[in-house]
Amino acid sequence: MTFYRLLGLCCLALLLGGCSGNWGWYVVDPTVPAGWNNLKFLLSGLYYTLLLSFTAIVISIVLGLAVALPGLSSNPILRRFNRIYVELVRAVPILVLILWVYYGLPQMTGLTITVFWAGVIALALSDSAFEAEIFRAGIQSIDKGQYEAAHSISLSYSDMMIYVILPQAVRRILPALGNQLVYMLKMSSLVSVIGMQELTRKANELVVVEYRPLEIYTVLVLEYLVLILIVSAGVRWLERKLQSDQRG
Amino acid sequence: MITVENVSKTFGDFHALKNVSLEVLTGEKVVVCGPSGSGKSTLIRCINGLERHDQGLIEVAGNALTHTNASLRAVRSSVGMVFQQFNLFPHLTVKQNLTLGPLRTRKLSQSDADKLAMSYLDRVRIPEQADKFPRQLSGGQQQRVAIARSLCMEPQIMLFDEPTSALDPEMINEVLDVMTELAGSGMTMICVTHEMGFAKRVADTMVFMDHGEIVEKAPPEDFFSNPGTERCRDFLSKILAH
Repeated sequence: MTFYRLLGLCCLALLLGGCSGNWGWYVVDPTVPAGWNNLKFLLSGLYYTLLLSFTAIVISIVLGLAVALPGLSSNPILRRFNRIYVELVRAVPILVLILWVYYGLPQMTGLTITVFWAGVIALALSDSAFEAEIFRAGIQSIDKGQYEAAHSISLSYSDMMIYVILPQAVRRILPALGNQLVYMLKMSSLVSVIGMQELTRKANELVVVEYRPLEIYTVLVLEYLVLILIVSAGVRWLERKLQSDQRG
Repeated sequence: MITVENVSKTFGDFHALKNVSLEVLTGEKVVVCGPSGSGKSTLIRCINGLERHDQGLIEVAGNALTHTNASLRAVRSSVGMVFQQFNLFPHLTVKQNLTLGPLRTRKLSQSDADKLAMSYLDRVRIPEQADKFPRQLSGGQQQRVAIARSLCMEPQIMLFDEPTSALDPEMINEVLDVMTELAGSGMTMICVTHEMGFAKRVADTMVFMDHGEIVEKAPPEDFFSNPGTERCRDFLSKILAH
């Protein structure tokens, strides 16, 4: 398995590095109480990284689909709406959007907004433009005979999309959706700048206390690496499962 | 049952249909033939609204076709369509392909829809394939599933758009047999096909189209023995030569 080989390689590199004298692994050494506490502190960010990323990806998929469908309409105004949304949202850097949603949106609307929801909104908005493009491509790749067959048994537009077009489109775009999920997990680290207590923020806080950035950030890198390898394996498993479904 | 009056259709500069008129009675079997590009597929695709006709009037089972959603659904609920490329839903099993329309459009219960699906699979003689996926079936079997899928909507009219053109020769007959049996049950049918043996067996009316026009319309006895126009004679001599 590539997964274990990669992980082994990383551990080996760290072990060798540990001998060079520049490393001070004691800060995250699970065999001593202080190191174990530090590790637990670092890992405690996992909950919010996952919650933030998964909430944001679900919202961005729904939003992306809602933006993709008008883009496929025969109505030019709806298509224009799709283009403007995608171009506009795609043009804003995620970090800028996070700052704007957290500091700007409450001032503009008078709403109070928690760090968590500011992060979710910013990540979901930003990703929705990409999801919309993925959905559009996926739906457009479905043969027009499928639409005609659905029309010929007089399915309504929503039934046609839900039962005929989208199940096939989602199978085709699953690798791309998986990519977006990985991307989202990584981009969630940016929400640390507004104080979200996720993996990156925890690492930053520990660095300030312990002054061992090399070790602590190395652990952070490994945390993301393991997380993302697991998610990727999950997406591949789902892909295989849906494909075998279709072949029966 | 079907009235087509002075219908025209263009694709860009191409005149697919020019002032076509056709009357189909209840229970009548019409076979449409003609060279490719003559507008025969466009004609039947207009009849269930898959193509939007530019001019003229189409009326199906008492409903005028106007391209509002209500009118399209009214027309399509009484018209079944079988495609050259089958167009089965590849992610659904054979049975699910058949029950989707009854469940969603006709609002039948799952058990009623299942029963209906199995009765039509029996009728097209492949009940044992119910739980397979379309790609596990041969072309002939897939087309028979497609016919059963249309029949599950219990239409009054069936349209066939070159149903055997994408099939290997040894599978053509199994599909034609099902269509012949369907014709025997009194279904109103319009078939675009080049299978002249089938046409002779079941057609009440033969229609020959060329360049977007109905050139000839006659009962099969007259049509085959004594074609009225040069173009039709020419076409028949080409496809009946071997």
